[in-house]
Amino acid sequence: MSRISNIIDQIKSGELTARAAVEAALEKAKSTDEFHALLSVTEARALERADEIDARIKNGESVGRLAGVPFITKDNFLAFGAPTTAASRMLEKFDAPLQATAVEKLEQEGAICIGKANLDAFAHGGSTENSAFGPTKNAFDQTKVAGGSSGGSAVVTALDVVPFALGTDTGGSIRQPASFNGVVGVKPTYGTVSRYGVVAMASSTDTIGCFTKDIADSELIMDIMSGRDMNDMTTLPDFFAPITDLKPGQKIGIIKESMGNAVDPEVRNAVNDYIEKLRADGHTVEEVHLPMLKYALAMYYIIVPAEVSSNLARYDGIRYGHRAENVATLAELYGRTRDEGFVTENKRRIMIGSYVLSSGYFDAYYQQAQKARTLLVNAYEELFASYDVLLSPTAPTPAFGLGENTADPVQMYLADIMTVPPSLAGLPAISVPAGVSGSGLPIGVQLVGPRRSEANLLALAKSVEGK
Amino acid sequence: MDGMTVISRDDVQHLAQLSSLQLTDEELGSLQTDIGNILGYIEQLGELDTTGVEPTYQVTGLENVWRDDTVIHSDVTREQMLALSTESANHQVKVPKVL
Repeated sequence: MSRISNIIDQIKSGELTARAAVEAALEKAKSTDEFHALLSVTEARALERADEIDARIKNGESVGRLAGVPFITKDNFLAFGAPTTAASRMLEKFDAPLQATAVEKLEQEGAICIGKANLDAFAHGGSTENSAFGPTKNAFDQTKVAGGSSGGSAVVTALDVVPFALGTDTGGSIRQPASFNGVVGVKPTYGTVSRYGVVAMASSTDTIGCFTKDIADSELIMDIMSGRDMNDMTTLPDFFAPITDLKPGQKIGIIKESMGNAVDPEVRNAVNDYIEKLRADGHTVEEVHLPMLKYALAMYYIIVPAEVSSNLARYDGIRYGHRAENVATLAELYGRTRDEGFVTENKRRIMIGSYVLSSGYFDAYYQQAQKARTLLVNAYEELFASYDVLLSPTAPTPAFGLGENTADPVQMYLADIMTVPPSLAGLPAISVPAGVSGSGLPIGVQLVGPRRSEANLLALAKSVEGK
Repeated sequence: MDGMTVISRDDVQHLAQLSSLQLTDEELGSLQTDIGNILGYIEQLGELDTTGVEPTYQVTGLENVWRDDTVIHSDVTREQMLALSTESANHQVKVPKVL
């Protein structure tokens, strides 16, 4: 399916119709079914929209910047054409009455949603194995995980089903699967893209971003999705604009604590190769310290469950979603509905959240984590006083085996050790392909910058792309 | 402290109650182990000296965001919203008897 720009050019020149582009994507979705990257296709609506766009083009009417370009959303974005399940039994039959702002903005530019991608249920996880409907397989090796929680979106991008896909990233859910599947993954500054119409997980770190095959396509998608939305009061005034004149001689820090012995040697080699490319272009790369890195996961697994327990309290079986049958009392209805509708990881997080927010534990856990978060934010600010960009691996290893970490939740959480810290500080972070392991698995490098600097991260990555 | 946090079955049952989760016996057992291990991991934060540090609840420094107090038209109808519920009658959501 190649790049967005190619599709747009072909559609504009008449070489390709929107309908043909959509049909090709649907066909590819079917032929790659064995990866289980998709939970549904929105074929009827997609073809209808494609015909509308083709008619507009034929009549010489104006069309948007993404006219006829097919895409896929993670199935926690409210979008028409198929239920929005969040990969859960709770929302298995939930037909959204409205669409997420991000989806609306893309549709206004003529993009066409062809399906909904698998995820860990309610985006709780780092491998897509927590999906209530079965795991997604890695695009490069079907015995390995896709990463997560936006595993399906990463895999459909890597397999060229569509040129871009949407994801959500709360602690690495775009970047880590991007790394595992050899595609570009963008997590913007907290507040860049409206979260209206997206199933909430942890509101103080939830962000929306994209997966693409190259940087230019990510720049285009982020440019379209960014900006203020009165339906999400945390959104920032639009600041994102792709940079064409990259600041030369940037100062880049490689985080020493992210390159230790616990990190796979092949991953470290790939990051070192990437550093050499940056140096060859005249940038300075120096080792820097971020001692707070070792505490970030502990903060994250207090703050996020606390917010999860609150956000998921709304699933009570009353107004929408699954409702348990044959119950005698209201308490039983809540209890059984939630037991049946949530997967184990959802329950773990909700209960940990209830624990850290309980009186008697609130100060020791929740309050301590939020104070520690301040120390982490300060540590980043000190580094960004001297450096433009910070580098680390995106994940400590390439994709791990299906089932390898499911028995031990703490082990599973450790896969997020590099991606969680920027999330807690609300910083923009991207994962870009940096190499391939000896066994053929992709490896990603993570670039992190000060708030609102994602355009620089993308421009920097673009300047060494393919070198 | 790793993985050593002792959390009893009764504690887990209490957390489940606080969370409105009616768990099976089997789930209670496995969640007891998992939650103990997770708490063991997050307890390492106790090592950090945070005396005098202000907590960070949100990261972009937003203060109250206001809009005009006007009615905003929605495309979503009452019928559509009610249709999302398992059971409704007379334009209302139906629930089991409370009292």
